[in-house]
Amino acid sequence: MPGNFITTRFEAMLSWGRKFSLFHYPYVTACCGMEYMSTACAHYDIDRFGAGMTRFSPRQSDMLLVVGTITQKLAPVLKTVYDQMTEPKWVIAFGACTVSGGIYDNYAVVQGIDEIIPVDIYIPGCPPRPETVLDGLLKLQEKIKTGGQDWRWKKKTS
Amino acid sequence: MEEKNVLTALRNALSGGVLETGESFGDPVARIRPEALLSAAGFLKAEPWSYTMLLDATCVDYPDRPGRFEMIYHFFSLASNRRIRIKAALPAENPEIDSLSGLWKNADWLEREIFDMFGVRFSGHPDLRRLFMYDGFEGHPLRKDYPLRKRQPLFKKRETS
Repeated sequence: MPGNFITTRFEAMLSWGRKFSLFHYPYVTACCGMEYMSTACAHYDIDRFGAGMTRFSPRQSDMLLVVGTITQKLAPVLKTVYDQMTEPKWVIAFGACTVSGGIYDNYAVVQGIDEIIPVDIYIPGCPPRPETVLDGLLKLQEKIKTGGQDWRWKKKTS
Repeated sequence: MEEKNVLTALRNALSGGVLETGESFGDPVARIRPEALLSAAGFLKAEPWSYTMLLDATCVDYPDRPGRFEMIYHFFSLASNRRIRIKAALPAENPEIDSLSGLWKNADWLEREIFDMFGVRFSGHPDLRRLFMYDGFEGHPLRKDYPLRKRQPLFKKRETS
């Protein structure tokens, strides 16, 4: 009985710690990047939510922000970046193009990055306003807090 | 006035290479035979016309025309602040035209883009490879007969539950 109790508390503490220490890697390819910059900088200040540490190496980050159109040519690169990230890791699809391909339904564009990598939070909008992004971030934090341990990355993804 | 002059001069210089001249959106336009492209470009680049800049080279696919692929070159003269457009129609079968990369360095990538998107070949190009699409991509996506829904992903979709 005491053992079970302690295990649960440990997980809760761990997720609490994780949700406020998201190191994010901005994978910015297109115009949504402007909204990302606005969100990340002083006006909307993503740092208030504990996600202020921008790392420009996937090996040092645990939240991947895919911001902007992903073309077929870029898909292997995005996959490599995802694979290089440390675990546990979360992915946010930022903007209509990453969610579904957006307005680009053509020969060149991936129709949603979930064709390539698993996605935790989809943020719609073309581009989404910073408030939407922060809402998405809060939802991700909620997911990290309540979701418990997530061992998806232990499975082979492709 | 100047527009008329350059077109007349071009017509005289190419001796039969110019098929049609006109004006569109305020700029002179000349439709030439594809074989005459290099001499036309060389003539325009040299003094006194000094169209020293190749602003853009592009192509349009007109599937119903006998000259299906229409090459369009935009030249700009820094000295006189004037533009000129040169057009040349290429046949649907084996479209090929001389490369301008010997005259303008930027023609290299412009022509690679056209090769990638339309499949027009450029004789004399130093490195005619695809520019935008990846290795293994089949067909030329801006051709009108490229299937609208054809997708060629680099690797297969992830399994989603």
